[in-house]
Amino acid sequence: MSIQVKEIHKQFGAFVALDQVSLDFPTGALTALLGPSGCGKTTLLRVIAGLETADSGRVILEGEDASDTHVRQRRVGFVFQHYALFRHMTVLENVAFGLRVKPRRERPDDAEIRRRVHRLLDLVQLDALAERFPSQLSGGQRQRVALARALAVEPRVLLLDEPFGALDAQVRKELRRWLRRLHDELQVTSIFVTHDQEEALEVADRVVLMNRGRVEQVDTPTEVYERPATPFVYGFLGAVNVFHGRIEGPHLRVGEATLPHEQTQVIHGAEAVAFSRPHELRIVTDPDTPHGVAAVVERVLTFGADVRVELDSLPGAALRGEPAHYEVVMPRAQVDALALTRGQRVRLVPSQIRVFPSQAA
Amino acid sequence: MGVATFFNPTRQTRVLPGFGLALGYTLVYLSLIVLIPLSAVFIKTATLSWGEFWAIISSPRVVATYKLSFGASLLAAAINTVFGLMLAWALVRYSFPGKRLIDALVDLPFALPTAVAGIALTALYAGNGWIGSLLAPLGIKVAFTPLGVLVALVFIGVPFVVRTVQPILEDLETELEEAAASLGANRLQTFTKVLLPTLLPALLTGFALAFARAVGEYGSVIFIAGNIPMVSEITPLIIITKLEQYDYAGATAVAVVMLVFSFLMLLAINLLQAWSAKRTGRNR
Repeated sequence: MSIQVKEIHKQFGAFVALDQVSLDFPTGALTALLGPSGCGKTTLLRVIAGLETADSGRVILEGEDASDTHVRQRRVGFVFQHYALFRHMTVLENVAFGLRVKPRRERPDDAEIRRRVHRLLDLVQLDALAERFPSQLSGGQRQRVALARALAVEPRVLLLDEPFGALDAQVRKELRRWLRRLHDELQVTSIFVTHDQEEALEVADRVVLMNRGRVEQVDTPTEVYERPATPFVYGFLGAVNVFHGRIEGPHLRVGEATLPHEQTQVIHGAEAVAFSRPHELRIVTDPDTPHGVAAVVERVLTFGADVRVELDSLPGAALRGEPAHYEVVMPRAQVDALALTRGQRVRLVPSQIRVFPSQAA
Repeated sequence: MGVATFFNPTRQTRVLPGFGLALGYTLVYLSLIVLIPLSAVFIKTATLSWGEFWAIISSPRVVATYKLSFGASLLAAAINTVFGLMLAWALVRYSFPGKRLIDALVDLPFALPTAVAGIALTALYAGNGWIGSLLAPLGIKVAFTPLGVLVALVFIGVPFVVRTVQPILEDLETELEEAAASLGANRLQTFTKVLLPTLLPALLTGFALAFARAVGEYGSVIFIAGNIPMVSEITPLIIITKLEQYDYAGATAVAVVMLVFSFLMLLAINLLQAWSAKRTGRNR
């Protein structure tokens, strides 16, 4: 079942939470809404659910305009960050709630309700705890109950608002994998909101990156990581090295140094900002190398299979008054061959670099 | 727990010192302020024989006051539970001009001398008062009837329910209502199945407090009640009347009945409250 939002605009006072957002969520996919806090991702989710009304724009569920319908009629399953379980009801009654409040004509009989609830609790692996109260469960278990409760009404779409936000790292990781498996099993169109890039990249089929009420990029996890469309996405997803400079033909001039680049759409002489991932930089110890940014080795962190090298720009070469800090990740063998020492002067040569005009940064 | 460990709790490691002092102080204080005066009531009553005791507490005029005192108190507490919840809801959920002022006004029945409240209510509800003169053509008499007693008891009980429910309501996430709505519940179902059960422990506490206050109320009631024997006389007034006639044993006998009855009702309400609190996981 497909979800479309068209030109959604939402303002809280002078603050624009959603700025003409149009998106298309394909049927059966698990989509992540990713962005920093205050980017409008939760507001968008709540507008889709009908818990919030947009100032303008339309929400289209299964081809029909649902903009003016109440959350009750939209048949969306909503999972809250803080579970929002009914604490005076047992796990079983929580999950059964959506079935018990149906009008009498549509309501299944008690035996059928129990059968369906137990099947759902089996699915979330909590059937043994059916008679417990929410206060007797751990955070991860509570969130699974909340999910079962949302699924009980057979929603057309499943919306999850920072579902793992209140859990500790270990449980989070486990639930992520579990959610992915559950989604593969049920194939219900799902959208989940997160500010955790790792979570979004790991779980989702598609990632929607948002910033300041606008959509920055929509793509698969691999694409958004490998080919960020905007400087914001570059900075937000994963560690990145930033170079500020000016375009000089096929080179980017950063202070006294030059970096080769392959972009063609940037104008000669323009101020530019360039990005390179830690694994996309090479350390060259030969000081006579024509290209590359000069830097001083600050620390070499040698745990794990890959080694992280932290470097600072030369004291005199600081651009825009702020000293730059760089990070390079490379296989241990390479670092061993370089025999880096603290304070050593090296040059950083990017094997891969993306250049954007400065004003876009 | 042995006596030694009971009185020497320093063997266990406690973060804060002063268990012995705190417990001793609590016991002495409770004894001086609560237990000794109350036991005096029983001791004085014990000077009566069973026959005399029974004759005093079962005389028709006294029984009529029980019915009024406990009946009106229960009804007043019930009314306050409903309207106190509405008041607390309005104060927590909506913002409107003068909200802080109204919030402060709620506490007035706590602070106002009850006699002042009684005289003011009587002046308002008497046949020639502002409200009383409007109700009189409808055949409704408030002042000097059991209805007047009820009005006074409702007045003094207002803050109890509001102040016990308010903090719980403030803690109640709107997410609960949103979750219920997203699961297809209509407003009435959301209220009866989600909100009310969650608020029940606090409502019961408020009810118990309002009831206890109403049973013991004297000052505001005697002005508006008119104190007609068998009609609008409350039990505390009977006690005062007996005291004025130097019938101390008779007064304490009636007081014992009030005490025991109030204790049993509060015990029952508290048990109910504890049970429902346990179900909602509030005691954890």
